[in-house]
Amino acid sequence: MSEREAVLQVENLTVSFPTEDGLVRAVRGVSYELRRGEVLGIVGESGSGKSVTSMAVMGLLPASARIGGSVRFHGQELIGVPDKRMRTLRGGRIAMVFQDPMTSLNPVYTVGDQIAEAVRAHNDVSAAQARERAVELLALMQIPRPRERARDYPHQFSGGMRQRVVIATAMANSPDVIIADEPTTALDVTVQAQVLRALETARAATDAAMVLITHDLGVVAGAADRVLVMYAGRPVELGGVDDIYYTPRMPYTLGLLGSLPRLDDGRRGERLTPIAGSPPSLLDLPPGCPFAPRCPMRQEVCETAEPEPVATSEPGHLAACHFSADLDGKRPEDVFVTSSGDPADHAADDPAAGGAP
Amino acid sequence: MLTYTLRRLLVSIPVIVASTFVVFLLVTMAGDPLAGLKGRNPPPSPQVIAVEEQRLHLDEPPLQRYWTWITGVARGDFGPSVRTNVDIGHEVAARFGVTLRLVAVAVLLALVLAVVVGVISAVKQYSGIDYGFTFAAFLFLSMPSFWFAVLLKQGGISLNNLLGDQVVYTIGDRSVIVEGGAWAQLADTAGHMVLPTISLALLSFGAWSRFQRASMLDVLNSDYVLFARAKGLSRRRVIVRHALRTALIPMTTVTALDFATLISGAVITETVFQWRGLGEFLVTSVNQRDAYAVLAWLLVIAVAVIVFNLIADLLYALLDPRIRHE
Amino acid sequence: MSEHTEAAPRPPSSAQPAAAVRRRSQGELVLRRFLRHKAAVTSLVLFVAVVLLAFAGGALWRYDYADITSAVSQPPSLEHPFGTDNLGHDTFAQVLRGTQRSVEIALLIAFLAGLVGTLWGAFSGYYRGITDSVMMRIADLVLTLPLLAVAAVLTRATNGSWWFVALVIAALQWAYVSRVVRGVVLSLREKEYIEASRALGATDRWIIFRHLIPNALGPIIVNVTILVAAAILVETALSFLGLGVQPPDTSLGLLVSEADTAVSTRPWLFYFPGAFIVVIALSINFIGDGLRDAFDPTQRKARS
Repeated sequence: MSEREAVLQVENLTVSFPTEDGLVRAVRGVSYELRRGEVLGIVGESGSGKSVTSMAVMGLLPASARIGGSVRFHGQELIGVPDKRMRTLRGGRIAMVFQDPMTSLNPVYTVGDQIAEAVRAHNDVSAAQARERAVELLALMQIPRPRERARDYPHQFSGGMRQRVVIATAMANSPDVIIADEPTTALDVTVQAQVLRALETARAATDAAMVLITHDLGVVAGAADRVLVMYAGRPVELGGVDDIYYTPRMPYTLGLLGSLPRLDDGRRGERLTPIAGSPPSLLDLPPGCPFAPRCPMRQEVCETAEPEPVATSEPGHLAACHFSADLDGKRPEDVFVTSSGDPADHAADDPAAGGAP
Repeated sequence: MLTYTLRRLLVSIPVIVASTFVVFLLVTMAGDPLAGLKGRNPPPSPQVIAVEEQRLHLDEPPLQRYWTWITGVARGDFGPSVRTNVDIGHEVAARFGVTLRLVAVAVLLALVLAVVVGVISAVKQYSGIDYGFTFAAFLFLSMPSFWFAVLLKQGGISLNNLLGDQVVYTIGDRSVIVEGGAWAQLADTAGHMVLPTISLALLSFGAWSRFQRASMLDVLNSDYVLFARAKGLSRRRVIVRHALRTALIPMTTVTALDFATLISGAVITETVFQWRGLGEFLVTSVNQRDAYAVLAWLLVIAVAVIVFNLIADLLYALLDPRIRHE
Repeated sequence: MSEHTEAAPRPPSSAQPAAAVRRRSQGELVLRRFLRHKAAVTSLVLFVAVVLLAFAGGALWRYDYADITSAVSQPPSLEHPFGTDNLGHDTFAQVLRGTQRSVEIALLIAFLAGLVGTLWGAFSGYYRGITDSVMMRIADLVLTLPLLAVAAVLTRATNGSWWFVALVIAALQWAYVSRVVRGVVLSLREKEYIEASRALGATDRWIIFRHLIPNALGPIIVNVTILVAAAILVETALSFLGLGVQPPDTSLGLLVSEADTAVSTRPWLFYFPGAFIVVIALSINFIGDGLRDAFDPTQRKARS
C-alpha cells in the first residue's frame, strides 16, 4: 500500500474566513497524502475543519476565504488555479459526495438528467449516450428499474436512494479521487451501511482513492485504510486504522473512542467515557494545545506550546501531543472519567471547575 | 393540489360577498347620490326626483336595495348607475380591457427587468453594480406613484417639444380620431401606452427585483448549486440552468398575485394620464356615490384576484415537479 | 452548592470567547449588525434630520405655513428657499408643515396597524383551527376593501382631519401585518420551548405574550418599519386624489397635488414636496433593510 504513488498531496493547508467578529481560522495547517486506491478517513467534531479542508481541495470555498499552503493533484498545484481550469478536474478527476442527499439534488430536474449532465460536462458525447451512461450508473448503484427511475425527480426517491444517485453522479467520470463529506450523517442508521457499500462499489469500480469524512469512528473502522483525526482546524493524529484504534497516542482520539458505544468485542456493559466541555472557538484560539482545556492529562506546557504532529513508535503513525509516549497502552477509561461517575467526583477531577475563587 | 386550490377559491366566495356588503353600506352612508340633481338650478320637479329615486331603488330600504342588487348580479344584471347614460356591465367590460392592456405590458416589462437585475445583483452580491441596482430598486419603491407619473409626463412633453413632433402621448389611452389604416391605429395606441406603461412597470420593478435577488441568493447558497459546481459544470450553466430556473418559481407566483393587485392599483397612473380604465371608473363612481358601480368594480377585482390566484397555483405546479406529483 | 444544575461541567477556560459571543445579548448583536449597514445608518441620520427639521424648524422658520406673503409665485430665492405659490404662501414653510403631518400620519398608521396586526396574527396563529379560520377570513375581507372607496366615504364624513385619515388607512393595513405575524407564530409554536412551556402549565396568554410575540419581534419590527414607508406613500396618494388630508391643513401629498397643474410654470411647487416624500420613504426603506439584515443575517453568512 505504501509503495503506491500519491494521487493527492495536501501540505500545510490553511483556510480562514473574515467574519463580523474577526478572522475565523477554520483550517490551521493540514497535511496528508492520499495514495491510489486508498481510503483515508478524516474524523473530527463539527467545526474541526474537516469539511473546509475538502472544499479547499475542490476549489469550492467562497471567494472570501483566505487559503494558504499547497494541494497537489498528481503533482500539479491546485491552490490558486483559475476556476476555469479547476472545473475540468471537478467532477471529472476529483468528485465529491455531499452530506445531505435531500438537498444536494436539484428538485426540478430528473435524476437521469442530473447524472447525464455530469457525464456531458466532461465528455464529448450525445445526450442519448449520456442518458444511457446515467442508466448504467443507476443500475450499478442498485437502483431497481433504473431506466424508468432515471425519469423520476429527486423527491420521488428515499434518502438512501438519493445518496446513491449522488454517488452515481460522483463516479460518472471515473474519478481518481472521491471525497465523501459525511455521506451517511443525514441518513437513517438502517440505510447507512447500504450507502457505505455503494461508496465502496463506486470506489472499486473506478479504482479511485477516497477521502471519507465523518465524525463517526464506527464508520471509519470498517471502511478506511488510514485515519486522520482533526481538532480545532489541526490534524492531531494520523495513522493506520489499527494504530488509531488500538494504540491511540492523543488524548482526544482516546476520548473519541471512549465515547463510542461498542457492542462487538466483549466490552458490552462498559461505561462510556465522554469528553467534557466543547471545542474552542476558532475566532481567537489561546496559545498552546487547543484540546488542553478539555484534557484530563494536561500539564503546564500544554497551555503554552501547541504540539506539532510527530512520529510515534509505529511507522507512519503521527500524534500531536506532548505526552503521546505516556499514552502507550492506555484505554479511554484510564484517562477519562466514565459517564456514570458521580458529578461531584467529576467536578473534583476537573480543576477548571474545582478551584472557586 | 388542485382540490386544495379549489377549496381555497370556494372559501373566498363568502369573503367577497361580505366585502360587497361592507362596501355597499359604506357608499350608501357616504351621502345622497342625487345631491347633484337636487342642487341644480333651477331645481328639478319633485316628479323628476321621484322617478330617479325609483330607478335607483332609492325608495327601498338599504338592506332591500342590496338584496335587489345581489339577486340581479346572479342573473347578470349589475343594477342601474347614477349616470343615466351608463350601463354598468358594458362600461366595466370596456374599462377592464383598457386597464388590462396597460397592466399586462407593464407587468411583462417589469418582470423582465426585475429578473435580469435581480440575477445580476445576486451573482455579484456586494459589488458596485449590486449596490447600484439596490439603490435604484429602493428609489422606485419609495417613489410616490403620482409624482413619478407626473414627472414622466413632463419628460414626455419636453421630449415632444425637443423633437417638434408628437412622439409619445401624454393624455388618454388613444386619440379620438386616427387617420390612416391599421398601422396608424397601432402606432397611435402604442404611442399612448409608452409613458403609463413605464410609470407602472418601474414601480413594480423595485419590489420584484429585490424579491428576485433574495430568491436567487437563496438558491445560490443551496447545496444543489454547490453540487452542480462540484460536477464541473460551467459557471454560466450553474447560474442559468440550476440557480435561475429554480429561483424563478417563487418569482412567478409573486408576479401572478401582484398582477391582480395592479389591476386595482393602476388608479393613480390612469388618473394622471387620463386613461378611461377601471381606476378612473372607481374614482368617478365613488365621487358620485354610485354604489352599484363601485360594487361592480369590486366584483371585477375580486374575480381577477381569484383567477390570478388560480394561475399562480397552476404555474407553480407546472414549474415545480414536487407540487405536480402531489 | 445547593444548585444541582451546576453539575454539568463548566465551560472550560479556552472556550470563554465562544461562550462570550453566545452570551452577548440578542439586542446588542442586532444593534451591532445594524450599525455595520452603512446605508441604513446614513438613512437613519437623514430621517431623524428631516423629522427634526420639520418639527423644530417649522416653529423656528420666519414664515408660518399659513402666512400669506406679498411675494406671489416667486421662484426659489434666499428669502424663500423653495419659492412661493400663487397665493403667496412660503413653500418651505408649507413643505415643513406637510412633512410634519405626513410623518405623524405614517407613524400613527404603523403603530396602530402594527399593534392590531400583531395581536390578531399572534392569536390567530396560536389558536389555529376554527378561531384561526374565522380571524383570517376577516383579515382577508379587510384586504379586499378598496382603500379608495373606504377613504372617500369616511374622509368626506369627517372633513379629513389628519388623525382620522391615519385611522382609516390603519384600519385596512393591519391585515398585512397580521398575516406576517401569523406565519411566524405558526412556525414558532411548534418549537420545543413552547411545548415545554405548555407542559409546565403556562397559560395561553403567558405563552403568547412572553414567548411568541417577543420571538416574532424581528419580523414584526422590520414589517412595521416598511409599513411606515408604505403609509407615507398611501397617505400622499390619497391626498393627491383629494381623499386624504383636506385644506387648510396640508400634507406632502396635498402639496404635490395642488402643484400638479403648475408643474411646467412653477416647477418648484411640485419638485420640493415630492423630493421630501422620496427622501423620507427611501430612508425608511433602507432602515428597514438594515433591520432585516440585523435580525436575520443568514443571507450574509459565508458558508463554511
